[in-house]
This record gives sequence, structure tokens and C-alpha cells, in this order.
Amino acid sequence: MGDPAIRFHDLGHAYKPGHWIFQNYSAAVERSSIFALLGPNGAGKTTLLKILLGALKATAGTIEVSGRTAFVPQLFQVTFDYSVLDMVLMGRARNVGVFSQPSARDEEAAMASLDRFGMAHYARDPFHELSGGERQLVIFARALVSEAEILILDEPTSALDLKNQLVVLDWITRLSHEDGLTVLFTTHHPHHALAVADTALLMLGGSRFDQGPARDVLSEENLHALYGVNIKHLSFEHQGEQHETLVPVLPYGTRARNEAANERSRAE
Amino acid sequence: MTTATADRGIAVPSALRKQGWTVPILVGLALLSAIFASLCVGAYPMSFWHSAKLVLHLVWPFSTYNPDLKELTVVKIIRPPRVLLATLAGMGLGMSGTALQGMFRNPLVSPDIVGVTSGAAFGAALAISLDWSPAVIMALGCCTGMMAMACTFSLAKMARGSNDGVVVILSGVFIGAFFLALLGLVEFWGNPFRISHWIIGSFVNADWTKVWTIAIPTLIGGCVLMTLRWRLNLLSLGDLDAQSLGINVGLLRWTIIAVVSVIVASQVAVSGVIALVGLVVPHCARMLVGPDHRRLLPTAALIGALFVLALDDLNRSSVYAALPVGALSAMVGTPVVCLLLWKSRGRGWTRNS
Repeated sequence: MGDPAIRFHDLGHAYKPGHWIFQNYSAAVERSSIFALLGPNGAGKTTLLKILLGALKATAGTIEVSGRTAFVPQLFQVTFDYSVLDMVLMGRARNVGVFSQPSARDEEAAMASLDRFGMAHYARDPFHELSGGERQLVIFARALVSEAEILILDEPTSALDLKNQLVVLDWITRLSHEDGLTVLFTTHHPHHALAVADTALLMLGGSRFDQGPARDVLSEENLHALYGVNIKHLSFEHQGEQHETLVPVLPYGTRARNEAANERSRAE
Repeated sequence: MTTATADRGIAVPSALRKQGWTVPILVGLALLSAIFASLCVGAYPMSFWHSAKLVLHLVWPFSTYNPDLKELTVVKIIRPPRVLLATLAGMGLGMSGTALQGMFRNPLVSPDIVGVTSGAAFGAALAISLDWSPAVIMALGCCTGMMAMACTFSLAKMARGSNDGVVVILSGVFIGAFFLALLGLVEFWGNPFRISHWIIGSFVNADWTKVWTIAIPTLIGGCVLMTLRWRLNLLSLGDLDAQSLGINVGLLRWTIIAVVSVIVASQVAVSGVIALVGLVVPHCARMLVGPDHRRLLPTAALIGALFVLALDDLNRSSVYAALPVGALSAMVGTPVVCLLLWKSRGRGWTRNS
């Protein structure tokens, strides 16, 4: 596989001295692989992303990111209503000289990238009028046009409806397999990580973490340790293909259990 | 691979590429006509058409017209510096307001609000009260203007660790109040009438020294902003995003802060405080050409010039010639801001989600 795209060693960060958000984290993200980052709120997922993007300096440890990165924020909001093409064009920032404006070639590249995601006909529309899923695809197009090798996504599915969640997961897989991009994403959905990620890192807080192949790391025991709730691993067959998923067990009972209890009390 | 998609090349609709350049060109032509018309109006008892004939005589090299020397002096010596001063001041304010709004991702930011105007006014008033030369007035105004803006920005950063829009405005209000207080002290100890007369903003007593004082910073600074105008789009996305796209956010922001401070300080040093132009003009321009700074910044420069020039013409041609432009701009600007807010409710930057 050669050199990993991202490698960090003994990484730790504390916003206040002594108050470590996480500590002694070590992991490597192979090229063209998909890496999922899981952890409860406050575990430091966003902090780790900021460190990876170079926006924050880690308090301890070393980090190597080899390759251009592109960032896809969680919920994309713009103050000014730029057109979709203007948004994608911004991905060319590294290719446009500091004191110059993007050329016709840059605009063509932006259009081609939009077309790749089936969004070319939206080029003139205001970005903020698109749905959440469409915006996410525009930001993907922007990442692609920047000729990035590493894509870093912050909860890419969190604000989307069910269908668009699947569309985005699909694109994550395609960008990794077809374009050879390395993808690192954070998520609150373990089943999304299980479905697309090759490797996963569970941020258990402090200096505790679990890292390895997604299928091994996303075990029922580990996820219970991570979230404090029971999560069942299920395998099933659909159209001749084997699938697996993770389903949380509701702690206060499901409708079926409550109905059964009602039935019992009525019988008594 | 990405390069392959880039090479395949999907043609950008030509209408999209040319989109919006008609409006800036029309505004530019309007500005040229306004400059011409401004040379033809004024307090001197001379009809518009007679003045126009004189102006044409001056620009047309083969003219055989033999004008009255007194009238020629008005059109050749008295009016041009004032017209140029108003044009340059408006241009600078339009560009500065647009750059600041883009940079702070906040359409309510303007040079007056982030403290640079009060800072520059304090420095210039100090120099005026000490009877220093125009160059020193300008230099001191620049320094204190930049200092005020740097204070505002640092305070906002300290308070929130980011350039959050509301925090920037609040910091600007505090810093602005502080420099206004200093200005009050200078006024109290110095020559209050002279300073307050100058503070309120006016192009009376325009001369060529003043024109050069404002022209050099405004044109050089304007060129820098123009070359960086696409980067303003990137800066308006937010720090983390802009940085991930490969922008040196800190350096770019400080460059723009420095350039805007110099432009605004030079304007304040020669013509006092002209309120609300930096706030209103970017909005008008945005309504005409959209938010893309590649078209917005030039359009805002032209509209700013047109706006201030028109206000000054109103001032010069009115019976109450003493009505200063600064007061006039605030009186015209406030209803315009109200109208803009009312018209843009539910879309653009007033959206919450």
C-alpha cells in the first residue's frame, strides 16, 4: 500500500492545561481507504478533524498528512447567496494565483466536476436554495475540483433525509474506489461506518481508543463501551447478497414490548 | 481521476460567463456622465448648459470658443478637485465596505461600525488641533484608523476565539466609543469649532493636495483589493473552510484590514466622516450584480462614487450650500438601509436557516 495518507502518533489535545480531551492516540489511514471516526458528543471528533486540517495545533504528539486535503463541513451555510458554480469554483483556490482570478479553464473544471455529480444543470442556481443533500454533493464537487487526495468530512449524513444519507454514503464509496481518494469521516451512525468504512477509530475518551478494521472494531462490546447502550449486530441476505448492520436496542422498551405488557395486564 | 474530468471540459454557458458585466459597465458609464454633469453644477451663477460648453471647450483640443476667464476658472480650477475628491471618497468607501462585509461574513459591518472611522477621525483631529501639515494629518489618521481596526479585531478574537460577526460588531462599537471619547477630549482641548466642522464630513475647501492625499492610497489600495476580490469569496466561507481550501486566512485578512484602514483613513483625513456609505453601497451593488465579489467589488466602487458625487452635487447646487455631505449621507442612508432590510426579508443574508 505504500505510505499511509495520514499518520498520527501519540496525539493528544487539551484546551486547558491538564484537561485532556484525548491523549496518546495513534493511527494510520491507508491511501484510498475509508476511515470512520466515532465517538459520543464531546469526545473530541471535531478537535481531531481541526488538527488534521491544520487549523489547530495538537498539544502533544506528531501528525503527518501527505496529500492535499479537502474539507466537507457538517452543515454548509453561506452568508451570501453565491451561485452553485461560484461555490464549486472556490475549490480551485490552490490553482489560482493569489492576485489572479479563476480562468475559463477553472470554470470548465468546476462544471465538469458538477456534471460528475449530476448537478451541472444547477450551476446558475443560488446555492442556498438547494436541498441539504444537493448542497452536500456541490461541496463534494468542490472537493473534487480542488484535486484533493484526502477528503475529510464532518458528519456528512447528519442533516440529511434517509435517501440522501444513502446517496452520500454511495458517493463516499465511489470517490474512494473510482477516484482513489482517501476518505476520513466522523459519524454518529455506527451502521454507516460498518457499511462503508475500511477502518474505524472509536474515541472512548481520555487515552482510551479502539482502532482497526471496521468489522472488528465495531463489535457489540466496543459500541456498548462507546455509547453506553446496547447495539446488536445483524446479518441478513438481500437479493443474494450478504449484508450486515448495527441496530441500537431502545433502553425503555419498544412498542412491541409495551403492547405485550398491556396484553398481559389485560389477561390478568 | 480529477484531472481527467477537468480535461474533458464541459462548456460553461456563455451567458453565465458574461453574467452581470452589463450592469457594472452601465454603472461605469453613469459615473462618467455624473462626473461630467458635476463639473457643470455649483454655486457660481452659471447655467448648466453654459458650464457644459466650457467643459467641452476644455476637453476638446480644437475648440475655438473664447470663454470668460472667471467662468473658466470655476470650471477648470475650482470644481474639478471637489468632484474628484467626492468620486474617490465614494469609491474608497464602497470598496472598503464591501471588502469588510465579505471578510467578516456579515452584511452589517462597515468602516464606521468596526471603529476604523472613529480611529482615523481621532488621529486626524489630533493633528488638526496641533496645526500639523496635511500629510501628517493623513498619516496620523491612517495609524490610528489601523490601530482601531486592529483593536476591534483582536478584541473579537479574544472574546470568542473567532471572527464571529456579532462579536466583531460589538467590539467595533466598544472600540469606536473609546476613540470617539478621545476625539471628544481633543475637541474639548483644541479648537472645537474647526474640528467638529471637519468631522461632520464635507468636500468644501477641496484642493489638489487633498485630491492627491486621497487618490494615492485609494487607487493603490483599490488595486490591491481588486486583485484579491475573488479571494473575498473564499474568505466569506469561514475560517476553517477557507483554510481547508488552501487560503492563508490570517495573512489575507490582515492584508485586507491594512488596505481598508489606509483607504478609509485617507478619506476621513481629507473629508471627515461620511456616514453609512460603506454600509449602504455594498447592499445596492449586491442587489444589482449578486454576491460574487469578482463583480461586486468593482460595482460597489462605482456606485459608491456615484452616490457620494450625487450627494455633493445636491449640496453644491442647493440654496443651503452649508449642508454637509456627511449629514446628508446619513439622512439619505438610513432610510435606504431600512428599505433594504425590508425588501430583503426572507431571502439572502437575512435568512436564519
